[in-house]
Amino acid sequence: MPIVIVDGQEIEIGADERLNCIEAARRAGVEIPHYCWHPGLSVVASCRMCLIEAGQRDAETGNVSMIPKLVPGCQTPVKDGTVIVTESEKVRESRARVEEALLIDHPIDCPICDKAGECLLQDYHFEHGQAERRADIHPFTSRKRDVGPTVSLFVDRCIMCTRCVRFTREVSGTGELMVTSRGAKEEIDVFPGFPLDNKLAGNVVDLCPVGALGDKDFLYQQRVWFLKREANVCGGCSAGCSIYTEHNQDTVYRLKPRENPEVNTWWICDEGRYGWHHLHDDERLLTATRREGPAGHAGNGSPAAADETLEWADVVGRLQTDLQAAGSLAVAVSPMLTVEEAWMLCSVARSIDPEAFLALGHVPVAGDDETFPGGFTIRGEKCPNKRGVEAVLALFGSGGHSWNDLLAHVAAGKASAAWITAGYPKAWIDEATAATFTGLACLVVQDLFDSPLMAQATWRLPAVGFAERAGTWVNVAHHAQSFRQAIRPPAGVWPEGRLFWNMLGRRGLYDPVAIRQELAESAAPFAALAGEMPAIGVDLRVRQLA
Amino acid sequence: MQPFKPVLLEAVGVPDGNTLASYRSRGGYAPLERILREQQPADIIEMVKASKLRGRGGAGFQAGLKWSFLPKDHPGPIYLCVNADESEPGTFNNRILMEDDPHQVLEGTMISAFATRATTAYIYLRYEYPHAWNRLQAAIDECYAAGLLGKNIQGSQFSLDIYLHRGAAAYICGEETGLIESLEGKRAWPRIKPPFPAIEGVFRKPTVVNNVETMACVAQIARRGVDWFTSIGVPADPDNPRDPGSYGPKLYCLSGHVEKPGCYEAPLGITARELIDGFGGGVWKGRRAKAVIPGGISMGLMTEAELDTPLDFKGPGTVGCMGLGTAAVVVIDETVSIVDFLHNSCRFFAHESCGQCTPCREGTSWSLRMLERIRAGKGRLKDLDILLELGNTMGMMPGSTICGLADGAAWPIKNAITKFRNEFEDYIKRTNPEGWMVTDPVPALQIVGAH
Ligand SMILES: Cc1cc2nc3c(=O)[nH]c(=O)nc-3n(C[C@H](O)[C@H](O)[C@H](O)COP(=O)(O)O)c2cc1C
Ligand code: SF4
Repeated sequence: MPIVIVDGQEIEIGADERLNCIEAARRAGVEIPHYCWHPGLSVVASCRMCLIEAGQRDAETGNVSMIPKLVPGCQTPVKDGTVIVTESEKVRESRARVEEALLIDHPIDCPICDKAGECLLQDYHFEHGQAERRADIHPFTSRKRDVGPTVSLFVDRCIMCTRCVRFTREVSGTGELMVTSRGAKEEIDVFPGFPLDNKLAGNVVDLCPVGALGDKDFLYQQRVWFLKREANVCGGCSAGCSIYTEHNQDTVYRLKPRENPEVNTWWICDEGRYGWHHLHDDERLLTATRREGPAGHAGNGSPAAADETLEWADVVGRLQTDLQAAGSLAVAVSPMLTVEEAWMLCSVARSIDPEAFLALGHVPVAGDDETFPGGFTIRGEKCPNKRGVEAVLALFGSGGHSWNDLLAHVAAGKASAAWITAGYPKAWIDEATAATFTGLACLVVQDLFDSPLMAQATWRLPAVGFAERAGTWVNVAHHAQSFRQAIRPPAGVWPEGRLFWNMLGRRGLYDPVAIRQELAESAAPFAALAGEMPAIGVDLRVRQLA
Repeated sequence: MQPFKPVLLEAVGVPDGNTLASYRSRGGYAPLERILREQQPADIIEMVKASKLRGRGGAGFQAGLKWSFLPKDHPGPIYLCVNADESEPGTFNNRILMEDDPHQVLEGTMISAFATRATTAYIYLRYEYPHAWNRLQAAIDECYAAGLLGKNIQGSQFSLDIYLHRGAAAYICGEETGLIESLEGKRAWPRIKPPFPAIEGVFRKPTVVNNVETMACVAQIARRGVDWFTSIGVPADPDNPRDPGSYGPKLYCLSGHVEKPGCYEAPLGITARELIDGFGGGVWKGRRAKAVIPGGISMGLMTEAELDTPLDFKGPGTVGCMGLGTAAVVVIDETVSIVDFLHNSCRFFAHESCGQCTPCREGTSWSLRMLERIRAGKGRLKDLDILLELGNTMGMMPGSTICGLADGAAWPIKNAITKFRNEFEDYIKRTNPEGWMVTDPVPALQIVGAH
């Protein structure tokens, strides 16, 4: 195995690994500061922050010969015997000078800058900069301009790393951003009439190492040091991008991509990025209610029965009783539910009616999959766990049952009760489809918002959104990722899993990890979920193939 | 000084010397036709290697060696780019070659293309050279009409198209990888190397970039032979195997405070004093020179005492200049303030820095602003130290930048301050009697841009 020597420490790298000095040093626990380099973009070696000393150790003699000048760590590949020196006087001076240069024209408006607290310019200056400002230049004022509907550019904070420009050229392939002028007058800009407006645009804000690009959705909403982050998975489509949900006091403020080489690399799409606002929508259903009489609109002459608001603890028993009384049951298992929830729901349903008809819930679709030049794909299937729910249904002998099958089943009069889990962030069902369920003895609907179907329900139960859930989702490529709850649901709302757990008569707090372990041990298709789940998830098919 | 009959400038002053007929009458294109009939590309590379021709664009790299870096047996296309962006301040020899003897440049280009197996050549012409454009385009048209360009030239297997490409009007477009980017229609941001253009250049294909004068030299070597070429100039140092010598005639651009500015052809190795006195008629108005730029502003400054330095590829380096550069000799007479000179130099580089590399982008701009303040009577001795530090740390040589522009910006700073430190100190003390010794930052002036 090739050996690389980082500040005297020998580390081994893979035989066919192609690493640069930054990556190799990271293996040794050494951070080489850098701005322009990003593993997902082409190398430009222009910020010059990663300058280091490099050399080669002779395999025979062990003598080290160093390159006399400094070299950019990002541009310098390592091989067996590469020697990297990151802490020499020369390197330190060079870093201090780059920091000094970057701050010459910088407004240093940290107190009003949204990036403060997560800014590489701040961090690196603290670590590598010099205390005294030698340049006696009035920095420019903080000019700001819009570069697109979602992104603002704070022109003078920019350090010209060009990550954003390269992103729009290499990853989104849309090329809106460019550099104008020359020298110290250079600025990032868009071409007149062609704003930064593409489905991946928000990533440029994440890429910006300083406070130059601001996301209008997040700007001035929260100081970043108040935010806590939870490793989550985006529920926006069946790609299942790894994300961080960044929140404070049960309020989400933003979503950020979480690096996952198996799924989304470094990016997420804007639809996913801004797809959390529904969590805090005032229209959300917050109380569990029950109504006497068959499902359907009032209007058949008799006055509508009054809704009875129930405590969750009461829901558990009375729902069971109602469903048992109603007879043959049909259940839609929403692809918004986790694998654990789906498994518990199916178990509950079969315990109530051993013949219960189980089917995949409605699968929202919007257009086709869209792949960008950098390889990133937004899926047309707008739910995160269709594969996972299908696999669970198969365990119950109901594999292949779709939402349409369920509608047909009900329309044919084969069910007297239906339990529809939903949890969709957007309107999803029309009056006509909802009418299929009119007249059922019992109709349980679990959803985030009111809908034509909800209007018919005898049991209206609030659902929760992605960040309020815990469990496992399986994406379009059968890649399973487990996640924890990031924020608590609104007061009084139980996540679906908690209800199912209690209906199964299990004791103690709802524990999705315990469910996952049971599932992994008892069901071969889920064997890969056993034990500690890696942060990047696992391929569900791996252990099945083995 | 021995008399020297111009070769590269043969056509200058000849009526209609720019035409194909006139060029042929001087023996032009016969070498090309002979090569196409009798020789192989490898023979030409050998010839140019043997001539020890060093590139005339600034870096002085051996042309034949550069060509030999091209991948062997490459399926093509391979490109040849003629660097006619000529924007180093003080330099105008390429313009004269292109305006007065475009066929000499074209023949050199054709022979070089033959040698490198390029079937497309681009001439990347400085934007501000409309006359050269017209003359070159007319000459290219004549060649196509005469069967010297196009498919199967003169019945041989060799085909070549030459395209004239008008530059994007920036100094950085002359840096070879900036040129390549610009030619591809992009912003002329120099590329990181490796890969070098010989491996991956224009449109990611192997590419050779050579200067206009280098092309003219190739044409003359083909016409007059390697021995003729190596009989001129300064031989290699026999004790230094890595010295490739400085052979051949060179076009010196003499300007500034001389009686007779102009483009003069002389053997490599003529001293600055010989050039100024012999060709230029001496410093103007009977004054003395204070300093002389040896080869374009990037190369730094020689003092009057250093004027006996030979202007070959090695000479200027021996007195602390960067090198011969473009051999653009600019005379600065004793009435000129070196502070003003350096201000002007810094203004140029701050304006022309492409802005990729932090040290160059900010360093050129900061140095300009310091000089603006010094000239506004707010200088401090400390500024000289900071300027010198910038000069010593900015550039490819210390490793802090991608291209050589930053070295070119650094050299005048270094040379001016080390060679004329007294003048700077006197100036600062005289103009800022209250504050010259102050070490705290002083309030800045209103920012004045490089424009
Ligand atoms: C900032 C900068 C500007 C340059 N401008 C020119 C130019 O205008 N013309 C030129 O021939 N070479 C220029 N060069 C040198 C080229 O990069 C390159 O070395 C040269 O074209 C190679 O040709 P040669 O080997 O025939 O000299 C420049 C270099 C730098 C760093
Ligand atoms: S050294 Fe200056 S001109 Fe050259 S690439 Fe860097 S910033 Fe551009």
